[in-house]
Amino acid sequence: MTSGSQEDAPPRAAVGETIIGAGVLVLAIVMFWQAMSIPVSPLYAKVGPTVVPLMTAAALGLLGVLLLIDAWQGGWQTEEEKSATPDRAALLWILAGLVLNVVLIGPAGFTIASTILFVCVARGFGSKAIVRDALIGAAFALVAYFGFATTLGINIGSGLLETTIERLIGVEGS
Amino acid sequence: MDAFSQLLNGFAVALTPMNLLWCLVGTTLGTAIGVLPGLGPALTIALLLPITFKVESTAAFILFAGIYYGAMYGGSTTSILLNTPGESATIVTALEGHKMARNGRAGAALATAAIGSFVAGMIGTLGITFLAPVVVDWALKFGPADYFSLMVFAFVTVSAVLGSSAVRGLAALFFGIWLGLIGVDLQTGQARFTFGLPELLDGINVIVVAVGLFAVGETLYVASRYRFGKDEIIPLSGSLWMTLEEWKRSWKPWLRGAAIGFPIGAMPAGGAEIPTFLSYYVEKKLSSKPQEFGKGAIEGVAGPEAANNASAAGVLVPMLTLGLPTSATAAIMLSAFQSYGINPGPLLLQSQPQLVWGLIASLFIGNVMLLVLNLPLIAIWVKLLQIPAPLLYAGILVFATIGTYGITQSPVDLILLYLIGGIGYLMRRYDFPAAPVIIGMILGPLAEQNFRQAMTISAGDWTVFFTRPLSATILALAALALFGPKLYQLAMRPKPDHVPGDA
Repeated sequence: MTSGSQEDAPPRAAVGETIIGAGVLVLAIVMFWQAMSIPVSPLYAKVGPTVVPLMTAAALGLLGVLLLIDAWQGGWQTEEEKSATPDRAALLWILAGLVLNVVLIGPAGFTIASTILFVCVARGFGSKAIVRDALIGAAFALVAYFGFATTLGINIGSGLLETTIERLIGVEGS
Repeated sequence: MDAFSQLLNGFAVALTPMNLLWCLVGTTLGTAIGVLPGLGPALTIALLLPITFKVESTAAFILFAGIYYGAMYGGSTTSILLNTPGESATIVTALEGHKMARNGRAGAALATAAIGSFVAGMIGTLGITFLAPVVVDWALKFGPADYFSLMVFAFVTVSAVLGSSAVRGLAALFFGIWLGLIGVDLQTGQARFTFGLPELLDGINVIVVAVGLFAVGETLYVASRYRFGKDEIIPLSGSLWMTLEEWKRSWKPWLRGAAIGFPIGAMPAGGAEIPTFLSYYVEKKLSSKPQEFGKGAIEGVAGPEAANNASAAGVLVPMLTLGLPTSATAAIMLSAFQSYGINPGPLLLQSQPQLVWGLIASLFIGNVMLLVLNLPLIAIWVKLLQIPAPLLYAGILVFATIGTYGITQSPVDLILLYLIGGIGYLMRRYDFPAAPVIIGMILGPLAEQNFRQAMTISAGDWTVFFTRPLSATILALAALALFGPKLYQLAMRPKPDHVPGDA
């Protein structure tokens, strides 16, 4: 496809796309290695559990190579997408919220972990009203908690806050 | 007509008070999530999958179908008033609809979208009623090899033909197939790709993947771009009553849109974008006022909206008759069938007539409900658009967490959710489509099952896929769909001019 572009300077390899292509290729290699380690009974030798995994790994490997070639020819992102640097601060706030959520959901319970997640995400989107966000987040989390617990019969990580409320309103926590 | 009497039985199922209530909840919820940017039917149905453990199957599918149809209606509201298409299928609606809103004719644009959706939804549902039994008759002749080839065809069209790049679409697809392979192989009991983690033996839950891609990944992407642009909501303006001229200019595009959308949706290839674009160009060609296109032509809203809803109805045909989902939402509905132990396929109409015909009847009822919800009550939905983005996306992530943590109460699922969310962010940033991941994950294991059955029947002979006429034809079509466009390009341009980068 680029046979007519000899006059131009060779297109610069796109860094982001190269990483993506390499990632796909690495995944394919890991898949291949994992698929080879699946034990196969001779009974199923022809259509055993490894045939489709190996085919998937091979296909993904080929696609990874094609992506790398694309990346080295200048990448595929549109100019608009390329020129926009992602808002790192926003991403970091959300990441912090997600990590805190995983860490806290067990020990502190769903509502507290969710409120912290809510505040962090809202902060990532530029909200400065932390107290307001915390109140809305807590209310939202409680409604969601009891909504899920009663309608779907799922008990999601009850902590101190949930048990207290359940006691107050006289609902038996499981 | 046999289909007709079956449909009457279906109405008897769908018109029970409880099922009407489920339909109302579904359509209301569907409209809401369709209106809200960042939420879609695939994500919503995934979050509600646990309901399949509590509610009987007919009720659950009436709920899901209401959400599915409702999101199509709600999405047009966002496109028209916000110019941010909530769904890829409503991009075209935004082209003319948003211009109309800017010209003070938001009311007429919303009305023609809603009524067009209704007309096309009714035609499309009628299409399901009469087409489904026909497809079933035909599909009963399919053997495992034919099924496998049909799935390959769907894989190719869904990932390689419909998106912007075949390579990226297929990479997303095979990533999804790999996710689907993780866990114990049901035929031999061998653990595959579990990396020694006992949590992965049961496989990765589709809820985790759908929510990770559509909620976490999407939120991260929107956050990374958020400060660069703020959306402006156009207030509701103009009468919701269309003028006589607007009616005259709308009714033909509605019918043409439905005629374009349903057959394309019903093909095992799927895709809602192509019919909407096609309808747009047809209307532009046929319009007596083509100069209005690009400035707010009502035909450009009426046609594509109708095409969108008719194709959404069409997608249900291969899903119900062949067990072949061609959109992310249909794939998640298929996993709901699996969670009831039901295998959609040609036998579904016979083994579960209550479910199938009750579902189809509820689609008719849901369309009527949606017309009411989306015209007289439109002002309520417009209010939803005023939820500030920080609160909306914070809420989405909290909900995503509940939906995932609720499945097993295991932090492993949460970590997996966030990892897949990170991958979803990268996919979004580097223009990989997300739907093939979900379709590959659900359909991949089924394709493998058919592949192994076909190979067992043929005693390990690979040529079985090419010697059976039906299977060979489908595979040839798949190859044509995959390589055809490239070959056509090469043939048309023996001496290519300067082609910068990748198309």
